[in-house]
Amino acid sequence: MGCIENLPYEMILPLGASFKECREYVEKNFSEFWYVDPGYKLFDEYIIGLPPIALGINGAKIVFPYTKPCHGTYLLGVEDADEADRVRKTARKKK
Amino acid sequence: MTGPVERSVPATALLVLGCPEVPVQQALALHIAYQLKKHGAAVHAAGNPAVLNLLKVSDPAKHYLPELQVLENCIKDIVEKKRDAELCIVFAHSDAGISYAATMRHILPDARLVLIIFGKEPEPLAALADFPCEKIVEKAVHNPMAIKKKINGVFGWAA
Repeated sequence: MGCIENLPYEMILPLGASFKECREYVEKNFSEFWYVDPGYKLFDEYIIGLPPIALGINGAKIVFPYTKPCHGTYLLGVEDADEADRVRKTARKKK
Repeated sequence: MTGPVERSVPATALLVLGCPEVPVQQALALHIAYQLKKHGAAVHAAGNPAVLNLLKVSDPAKHYLPELQVLENCIKDIVEKKRDAELCIVFAHSDAGISYAATMRHILPDARLVLIIFGKEPEPLAALADFPCEKIVEKAVHNPMAIKKKINGVFGWAA
């Protein structure tokens, strides 16, 4: 997933966070969050994880889990107003 | 663990490999590829560049694994319906491996999914995999013999 790695991201939870920790963090710390399934396209990449995958949004910032085989799952934040709007239109509110 | 099941041989099988830091994975991947090929399946493997390079070096003439693909590209092809598999075997020795298995369950809903959970502490990982799949769980780092026996049992292969 070289594409996401090349984006100007903020590390919200560091290397080795579990997918469960990422989901709980988003649900607890973001007033706006959405759910998607694995294979959902975000920043032109397909998201990995156990469904439902929680995506947080704060203004134009999207917070999402990003899994690497050798390290586990990171929780990253990327500012992109257009992508945030697309998530609002295509993701779901319910688990 | 699910017991041995009599099933027809899959036409297509996908091996999803994790980070290569646990040595048994490499041996098991080649063993499974050999068995599947012997039983008539077309085998395809996906992993990160490090694990693919290990397989390329171990199988230079591509006897066992003729087709290797970077994991992200494999997922993209499956989501975009360019690739399918009747059998998907995922190797997991970390939380990331379980995430990949869950993803495969979701994007290959009709496939038989077998999750091989190994490493130093496989039981806690196995508990995280609460989606439909067959689990083979064994503590295995350097010695592949016990987990190989379980794998052979699940697929009905002779030792």
